[in-house]
Order: sequence, then structure tokens, then C-alpha cells
Amino acid sequence: MSQKNWSRRSVLSAATLLGCSAAASPLITPITLASAPWDHRLVVIILRGGMDGLDVLRPVGDPHYAGLRAGMLQGAQPGLDLDGFYHMHPALAPLMPLWRRQQLGFVHAVSTPYRNKRSHFDGQDLLEAGTADLARGGRDGWLNRMLQAEQGLSGQTAFAVGHENMLLLRGAAEVANWSPDTALALSPQGTRLAELVMHDDPAFHDAFMEAQALITGGGMEQGMAHDLPEMAPDMGMVMDSQTNGRPAGIKAIAGFAAERLLQDTRIAAFSIGGWDTHRNQARGLNSALDQLAQAILSLYTGLGATWQKTAVLAVTEFGRTARINGTKGTDHGTGGAMLLAGGALRGGKVYGQWPGLSEADLFDRRDLMPTGDVRAYAGRIMRDLFGLNRAVIEGSIFPGLDMSDTPDLLL
Amino acid sequence: MAVSGPVDGQTARHLQLGLEQDRTGLAALRTLGMTFDPILAEKRFGYGLSPRPELAPPHSVAEMLARLRSADRMLVTFPVDGFDRVQKRAATAQKIQRQIRQARSAAQKAAADKRLKTLFKAGRQAERAWLWSVMMRRVWTRDAFRERLVAFWGDHFTARGKNGAVKRAAAAYVDTAIRPYLLGRFEDLLIAAVTHPLMLHYLDQIQSTGPNSLKARRKNGQLGLNENLAREVLELHTLGVEGTYSQRDVRQLAELLTGLTATPQKGRVFRAELAEPGAEEVLGQLYGGGRARLRDIHAVLKDLARHPATARHIAQKLAVHFISDTPPADLITALERAYLDSKGNLPTLYEVLLNHPAAMDPVLHNIRLPDEFVAAAMRALAVSPDRYYQLKRGRPREQFIVQLFQRPMEIMGQPWLSPLGPDGWEEGDANWLTPQGLTSRLHWALKAPERLTDALPDPRILVTEALGAEAPPAVRFAASAAEDRREGVALVLASPAFQRK
Repeated sequence: MSQKNWSRRSVLSAATLLGCSAAASPLITPITLASAPWDHRLVVIILRGGMDGLDVLRPVGDPHYAGLRAGMLQGAQPGLDLDGFYHMHPALAPLMPLWRRQQLGFVHAVSTPYRNKRSHFDGQDLLEAGTADLARGGRDGWLNRMLQAEQGLSGQTAFAVGHENMLLLRGAAEVANWSPDTALALSPQGTRLAELVMHDDPAFHDAFMEAQALITGGGMEQGMAHDLPEMAPDMGMVMDSQTNGRPAGIKAIAGFAAERLLQDTRIAAFSIGGWDTHRNQARGLNSALDQLAQAILSLYTGLGATWQKTAVLAVTEFGRTARINGTKGTDHGTGGAMLLAGGALRGGKVYGQWPGLSEADLFDRRDLMPTGDVRAYAGRIMRDLFGLNRAVIEGSIFPGLDMSDTPDLLL
Repeated sequence: MAVSGPVDGQTARHLQLGLEQDRTGLAALRTLGMTFDPILAEKRFGYGLSPRPELAPPHSVAEMLARLRSADRMLVTFPVDGFDRVQKRAATAQKIQRQIRQARSAAQKAAADKRLKTLFKAGRQAERAWLWSVMMRRVWTRDAFRERLVAFWGDHFTARGKNGAVKRAAAAYVDTAIRPYLLGRFEDLLIAAVTHPLMLHYLDQIQSTGPNSLKARRKNGQLGLNENLAREVLELHTLGVEGTYSQRDVRQLAELLTGLTATPQKGRVFRAELAEPGAEEVLGQLYGGGRARLRDIHAVLKDLARHPATARHIAQKLAVHFISDTPPADLITALERAYLDSKGNLPTLYEVLLNHPAAMDPVLHNIRLPDEFVAAAMRALAVSPDRYYQLKRGRPREQFIVQLFQRPMEIMGQPWLSPLGPDGWEEGDANWLTPQGLTSRLHWALKAPERLTDALPDPRILVTEALGAEAPPAVRFAASAAEDRREGVALVLASPAFQRK
């Protein structure tokens, strides 16, 4: 049984088990009847904490690099050669096959318009707001404004996965939100009684039924799952992640995103933390990159043939200092790298204009100088993926952005 | 803990007593010819019912207002550190940060780093203790409308610390800038909130310098104007986004606000050397022009408070928050007129709101926000303050707050006192009544009550205690048919009748 059929069937089963007809369920209707406006898929991963682009994508061909990073690279595992100039951090080795298939790429020396203050709080707000400054920021996110620009979307078109209320997707357009570790420890009897209690309040009833379908569809073990024994073998991965009530692991999050993307969802967003490597970066960055690699591979596996129509972009609020600090780490900087993946991508390439690392080339004599705007690359991908009008991107999604020089990133 | 067995004698008496009290109360009111429904009032304008007889709902609008005017007992019973404590921590943090920069050895730096860490930890622990105090006020007050008003105005004037020692100071801000001003004029509340150090920090007023000020000229134009506070004062605090003001008004107000700033040592200060020289024109009115002074800023805030657009904006917000996402137009008009006639006297507004027929609309429209839901559940369970105070200081207390409140409320979509933007929390029910939102509330209702009470109540009693004698039959049935107390309690708390207000 394909994953798509499995999910859809479990949604139907959940509704039927609760004694409501499929036609009457608010969830079934959009899933089976609504036609998605686009066929391509976009996944945005926010890397919270400030990823060190200079360590993830090492510009070993730059004559100043070794000197700046000597204390950190000594004795460390060597990077993986991408094109002679750039080496990829060894923790991303699991993604090497994607690079060879040209389904992985990077942009180096990019940043948001955020300068000088280097605060995570403001940096992430600006990254997600997609504006030039925060005077008008903090209200809605660029992915939500993109949804607002399009007609005929359903509430399932975009999905924020995980527990946070991401600014990136916040705004006037309706967006679905779910975390695959949301379990409901109700007994089968309790579940039926809950449905009874909600029954006469349509808004509550709709939300409850939709949640039931998502929980069952996501493979959670709870009341209803007991009635669906044939689903059990498929649930292993997700169940692992919610043992002891811990938050869902990244595999579960990315796997859930893939599952929604196989249905009516076209845009998914989630975030990965752990990039704020002020000390002992070699260790901290390894685990954060491992999470990122797992997320991308889970999307790749989960999406199957749909991977060919997918673009993934992973962006961070700022890069880190060019020099290492006294505790084998790096501090908040400016320019950094963004990661691109997906079968729709023209990958196997590092995009962007390299500014150099001599002291005079650095921003403030301390950070990698940004030569490109992450928003321009994100905008270009949205334009090519979904056929969005450039004026809309430069006017309302990323107000004031000039994306004239961005290269063609998709196949 | 099954409750499906026969009801014991004491339980039966309890049930009976509860029903009788409600019946006699209502009957008495009906004979008086009043339409005020105490239970409805406690749900809509408070945090729901409490099983404690001393916390019985008010019997009339007059009693609600009298309770509101009486001494603020909860402030004393469940204190929150004043903002002065936060201020002190901020000043100490600044001193330590200077020591870190000037450290002559690694050991010196490490020692200072450690002091800073301890200081921030104290701030974090204070914030968690505040959460408990704020919840306990909602649980143990006879005057729940006051607590709702504190939350409402605290949200209208959202401010939070962005970094360092003020990062976790929002509760202290609400207690100093909002709570003392609930019963005055809107303009006094506006001035208190807008000129509070935390607001000046949150909306970047501290960074704002008049482009032609003495200070900016000395620094050769490296300092400049920041419009953030001015814009939000117009758009969020006073006129509203539909008010007619232009970018020029924003700019002029921003220039007028220059000089208003705050330091960790002194709190709010006015520094003439930061002020833009010359008069500013906001909405056609000229301010200042002479020696820069705080009084001109107060004057513009007072005028903005008395603007008709502000009356409309505040009327709309109150009606939406307390009545429904789509409140009756005549309620908004009545509030607007009361605002204009009374020059923004807040108790007059409350009185109009409480006396309007919409206040006693038997249909519950709004859904409680997560923090209201959690507070209402704890009130229905009469959670004792000792659940927290009996825990060891430090980690056990912190974990209790994180596990039972901070983390669950984040999952419900409302991280404690941390809305994404200065516009505060969304009012629209659709934002909260999502699959994730509803499931996380149900999940909390299943897990938290056991840790918050010595023994879970009998769900069949809880249903009356929490929802009144006229609880929906489906909830009453579910409470009695649940397979154990835990699920029975959760079903009552998760029911629409409990989650709506």
C-alpha cells in the first residue's frame, strides 16, 4: 500500500469509526474534493540560532580560510570536497548522494537585511517577516503573504509542523498547524464521550474530528489506534519519537510534513534549533547538521516520486564570526549560507558571489560579508515553482526586494 | 478511581446542595425582575465558577463594580516582584557585562560570566514564580473581572523584554504599568504604559534620537530616529489601524517622543539632549517648540486618548474581547458614546458593557484563550497555592511551572506573556480552535489536574461546580459515563460549555 493510500484510508477509517459519515466530515471534504492550485511543493526549514555557514560550507579555496579557522579545523574530520573551492562539513555526508544527483545545492555569503545588532530575537523575526526592517515586521510572515497573493487555496495548502507558532506562516491566510507528537491519551470510551461532548458545537466538533483524523493518520497510538490493528506496523517511526512525552524528533516532523505534502498540502515549514555554537562548535554543529540531514532525507524518502517536484530551502537568521573565539566556537555574525535541496532543484552547485575573507573583505572586519539576500533566492524559487508574479514578490511578499540578479535555481 | 458505582451519601448531598443553591439564587433574582445571571457573568467576565462558597459569583452589576472598586487584595496575597527589582537586575547585568569586557584574565572573565548567568537564572526563576502568582490571583479572587481587565489591558499594551535582564519582565510591567490604572481614565493608563521603561525598550524608543538633537550632532549623524513606538501608539494603542493618520503624523510623533528614554540605573528618564528641536505637528495640532520637556509628550498622548477614533477603537476591542468576535453594533456604539461622554473614564465603560443586553446573552460566543482556560480549570478545581509553595525552591519549582504551564501553553499556541508582536494575542476564535489547539487543551485537562490536586473531584460534582446547575446534558452524561475520574474531569474541562466564555 502506498503511503498516500494509507494516509487517506486511515482518515476515512477514523471518521467512520466515530460514527460520522465521510461526506459530512469537515476534513474529508477538502482532502478529496479541493484541487490544489499548484503541483510543486515547497518546504522551508528555519535554522534557529545562527548557522555557521563558514563551517558548514567551508571555503577551503580561500587563502585566508585556514588561518581564520585553524584552531577549529585542527584534528577535525576533513570536509567533503564539492567543487575544489568548497568543502561540505562531514556531518552532512549522508546528503552526498543528493549532491551527486544535483539535488542538493547551497548559496554562500547571503543574509537577510539584518545588520549590526546580531540578536537572535530580531534576526529570526526579520528572517520570517521577510521585510527590510522590523518597523513593520513581527505581524505576518512572508510565506503567509505569499498565500494571501494566491486565490483558491484551502486551509490545508500550507502546514506549519511542530509546536511553535511560526511567524513565517503567521498572517491573514489560513494555515494548518500540527505537531506529530500530539497524542491523546484518551481511552476508546473517552474518545467517544469527547465526541459526544463536542457534538453540538460545530466549531469544536470540526476541530476535534480533524484532530482525530490527524492523530490516526499520523500513526499515533491512542484510543482509535487500538481499533486499527493493521496500521500498527507503519507507526514505528512516529511512535519512537513520542516516547516519554518528549517532543517529536526531526524524522517524525519531516515525515509528517512529507505525508501532508503528498496530499493537498503544497507548502510546509518547520524549524531546527541548536545552531548557536558559541563553544565547542565541533560537537554542537555535528548534532545540528545531523538533524538537518535527517530532516532532508526523511522528506526525500517520504515524498517518493513527488520529491522531483519539491524544493527545500533551509535558512538561518545570520552567519557567525569569521574568526573562532576563545572557547572553540564562533559568535553571532552576519553573512552565512543557505541550503537548497529537492528534485526540482538545479543543484550540485554552490551559488552566490564569494566576497573573500581578507580582513578588509569582512563585514565590520569580523563577519563574512553578505553579497546576496536570502529573500532574493527564496523569491526566485517561489516565482519559478509556483509561477508567482515578480511584482507580487517584490511588492508584497518581500517588500522592496530587488531580485533581478538571481540565477535560475530550478530545472 | 472509577466513579461509575453508586453515589455515596456525602456526594449526593454535595450535588443536591449545589443544585439547590443555584436554584434558590436564580429564583430570587427572577422574583426581583432582574436579568443578571451570576453564573454567566462569572464565565463571561471572570475565570468561571469556583466550588468555594466564599468565591460565589457577584449578584449584580453593582456588586461587580463594587468589588472592582474595593481594595486589590490579590495584589498583596499573591505578590509579583515590582519592576524595580527587574530594574536592579538590569543595572547589575550592565555592570557585570562591563566587567566581562574589561576582564584582564580568563579567570576574571569566567567569574563574571558566572555571575551574569546566576543573575539571569534569578530572572528566569522570578518569571516562573510570577506565573504561579498570576494564576493564583485568578483562582482565588472574588473579583475575577479585575483580573480579566488586567489581562485585557496588558494585552492591549503588549510589551516584553527582548534580551538580557529585562527579558522576563512582562509580569512585573503589567503590575506596575497596567494594574494600578484600571479604574482611572484611559489617558492615564496610556501614559503609564507608553512611557514605561519596558515599553520604551520593547518598541525601540531607547534607540531613538532626534536627527538634529545635540547628541546626534555630536555623534555626526550616527544616531537617528526610530519610529517604532510612535507608529504603535497610533496604530495599536490609540487611533487604531483604521484611524486617519499619515506617515507624516508617525514621523512627527516619533520626533516629539525623542528625549523619552530609559536606563537600567534610573528607569524612565527624559533627556533633552536627545530631543529633536522645534515644534511637531501631530494630527494638525502643534506640540513643543520651546525647551524640550516630558509635558509635551503627555499632552500629545492625552489628545490622542481623547480622539474619536480612539473611542471607537477601544469600544470595538472591549466588545470583541468580552462578548464575541462579531459583537452587536449597538454595543460598540454605546461604548464609544460612553467613552466620549466620560472622556475615557474606564469604569463608565465597564458599567455600560456590563449593563448591555449582550452581556447577558445566554449563548457563549468566545472561546477562552489558553491562559484563561488554564486559569478557569484551576479555579474549578480550587487548586491550592501550596501545590507550588510546598515544592523545594529552585529546580523542582521551575520544572513544575515549565511542565504544567509554560510548555503546554506554548503548544496551545500562547507562550506565556510572549505574543509575537506588539499587537498582542489574536481574538478570533478560529486562531485557537484548531485541531492542535483543541487537542493540547484536552491533553492538559487529562494530565495536569492530577498534579494540581490532592485528589481529583468526582466528575459528576465537578460538572455542576464548573458549569452550574444548567450544565449541558451531554457533559453531565459524559462526566458520569467516563471510565475513571481522570477522564471524567478532562471531559468536563474540555467541553465547549467550559471552554467558551
